[in-house]
Amino acid sequence: MLLGRTANGLYWMNRYIERAENMARLVDAGLRMALTRTQSASEEWNSVLLSAGSDVAFKQKYSDYTAADVADFLLRDTSNPSSTMSSIETARNNARMVRTALTRETWESINEAWMSLKRMLARPIDERDLPSVLDAIKRETALIRGSFYGTMLRNEIFDFSQLGTYVERADNTARILDVKYYVLLPSISWVGSTLDNYQWESILRSVSAHRSYRWVYDADYKPTNIADYLILNVRMPRSLTFCYRFLSEHLKFLSDDYGERHPCHATAEKTQAMLRAGSIKDIFDAGLHEFLAGFIRDNTRLGDEIAQDYRFY
Amino acid sequence: MRLAAFDEMLPEVSGLRRPYSAYDRWLKEQDPARLTEKMKDAERVFRKTGITFAVYGEQEASERLIPFDIVPRIISGNEWRRLTQGIEQRVQALNAFLDDIYHRQEILRAGRVPRDLIARNEAFLPEMIGVRPPAGVYTHIIGVDIVRISEDEFYVLEDNARTPSGVSYMLENRETMMQLFPELFQKIKVRPVENYPQLLRQSLAAVRPQSTKGAPTIAVLTPGSFNSAYFEHAFLADQMGVQLVEGQDLRVVDGHVAMRTTEGYKQIDVLYRRVDDSFLDPLTFRPDSALGIPGIMDVYRAGNITIANAPGTGIADDKAIYSYMPEIVEFYTGRKAILGNIPTWRCSEPDSLKYVLEHIHELVIKEVHGSGGYGMLVGPAATKKECEAFAKKLAAKPSNYIAQPTLALSTCPILTDKGLAPRHVDLRPYVLVSDRIQIVPGGLTRVALKEGSLVVNSSQGGGTKDTWVLDD
Repeated sequence: MLLGRTANGLYWMNRYIERAENMARLVDAGLRMALTRTQSASEEWNSVLLSAGSDVAFKQKYSDYTAADVADFLLRDTSNPSSTMSSIETARNNARMVRTALTRETWESINEAWMSLKRMLARPIDERDLPSVLDAIKRETALIRGSFYGTMLRNEIFDFSQLGTYVERADNTARILDVKYYVLLPSISWVGSTLDNYQWESILRSVSAHRSYRWVYDADYKPTNIADYLILNVRMPRSLTFCYRFLSEHLKFLSDDYGERHPCHATAEKTQAMLRAGSIKDIFDAGLHEFLAGFIRDNTRLGDEIAQDYRFY
Repeated sequence: MRLAAFDEMLPEVSGLRRPYSAYDRWLKEQDPARLTEKMKDAERVFRKTGITFAVYGEQEASERLIPFDIVPRIISGNEWRRLTQGIEQRVQALNAFLDDIYHRQEILRAGRVPRDLIARNEAFLPEMIGVRPPAGVYTHIIGVDIVRISEDEFYVLEDNARTPSGVSYMLENRETMMQLFPELFQKIKVRPVENYPQLLRQSLAAVRPQSTKGAPTIAVLTPGSFNSAYFEHAFLADQMGVQLVEGQDLRVVDGHVAMRTTEGYKQIDVLYRRVDDSFLDPLTFRPDSALGIPGIMDVYRAGNITIANAPGTGIADDKAIYSYMPEIVEFYTGRKAILGNIPTWRCSEPDSLKYVLEHIHELVIKEVHGSGGYGMLVGPAATKKECEAFAKKLAAKPSNYIAQPTLALSTCPILTDKGLAPRHVDLRPYVLVSDRIQIVPGGLTRVALKEGSLVVNSSQGGGTKDTWVLDD
């Protein structure tokens, strides 16, 4: 038996852990682009902010895009509710609230991540330290994930946690693709130019997939392959299909356990079936941007339905 | 200020006391550097597990650790037996007093306690008149604060009959000591405290409503994760294997209190609540309270839920009532109180007020409804200016204050940079009441870390120690 409020806390705890890490990954990708390109770095930072969903808030505070300002805003600014620091703080507050549902190892890993990031992000980050700060963020979230997977019982507590992780991750991957969808469109004539290679690599980097891509596809970056990888590949841990495979699985565990199906089950299954049946060609034919916009909308609805069906509030 | 205090380990007159002899032998073999290292280990353990205590008014440090000292406070089996007899008697009297106050009020009729003191007391809940809690138990969990001033003199400083806190520190202190010094527990037979959560659970189950079918569903009610004692609420729920709920999780469904789960509403039979009376039911008490459950008092009056502790128990641990405890114990148990009270001047009485104002620099003055060491004056430690300012407050509202002599609380050594040094301590044993009275052998020893200080409250710079009751 699980309190609705506890399920809610677990769900958001995991969404925010995922988000804390995604921010670091986005900054990492932006940094890489800024280092390898001399021109229009500000455009790259703009798309990083768009992917983070933080563009509007950033513009209220700053007039131009510089690496230092964007990194500061996405990593340590507590007035930005999605920054790594805010996310880890929210994750920990949720963990505190659901503490009795977590193993000691899981709680301690979250608490320690919070303590160490709070210390590390207390002062503005020197640009020379940025790579090591990003590494540290990814290491802390990896430790949380490690203790979570290593020690948690696979019950409803685990299921609600995973729902949070995968709803957030699917949203994040879809946004990254949507912000850059135009560079993936095959109709654009300068395909294969150096410029595009950077853009594509940036997409792959922001989901930590620039190496694994080469294991699966040709060494060359091809837009249809990149889209296929991030949308349809069932083995790629940040792809939309991968996320929905696990969302459906955990929702099924819940309906089996409780002996009751809800609207959220139908929504998740519908999206999963669509992904399973789809080919990348169909998606491009129907319009990549339209596809992604629809996906993000359905994914948000799934989150709302989960909250309602399982009495989070 | 220096008071000649009784040291529980090394009294000046008689030398090392027996309960400490085995520990002292061990201590002499230890490398001081290793002990210092262990002290740091202890802090790491506490910080990592998130045992923190929020201190009101300290914004930045809203999560602070209660300092822990690694020298145990040791009580012999004999001393403990004496203490428990006194505590049992007192707890029986407290429950009988509550039952009487909310029913026939015989003690008032007999003139042993002034009627005014009850009727005009904020801690008295008229809503509880005529209500008999399940199994007739009012105070399921009590923390009795005890001070010692010599080999044989123990006094009750106050009774905590509402929602006493600190028991999680008793448990974690022991856990930490066992991690740091496992060899000590092999050498010395210390009575275990670890089963407290199980005892608490059994005790709460035993006082379930009569109408409960099958095993009762128990839950711990917390004001939320920003409450200063949240760690303890979560800890106890976890250790008992019950749900930790907030007001927003609960509502009244079909005449019962029920909690919102992922599968719908589920009935609760016993609620171990850690919110104050006034927040419990916005329909009955504070209408602005979001921490409670609208309608829970109706369920309670119908006998369909056990609330632990019962609403209205504050009338028994009120500081103005405290001074009548010797009479109360005698009235209900027919015997003289085994554990004494500290002599207390009630400032509401003109003669007492006069005395207190004349001797303000010698006395400890407390607010009747205060807690946590706030709003009190320790005369001998205060400046002349502080005394004068306090005298004004006192004269303006005398009935709000009581005064007690400044007692030389016993000391117990703590480990400092310069080796062992005596510090004043008190003791809070925890008592469980159901169809029987159980006292866990141990308790929370609070220690004033500042040299000479008599204020042991954690909110005022106090620390804690593991408390050992020897199995001898």
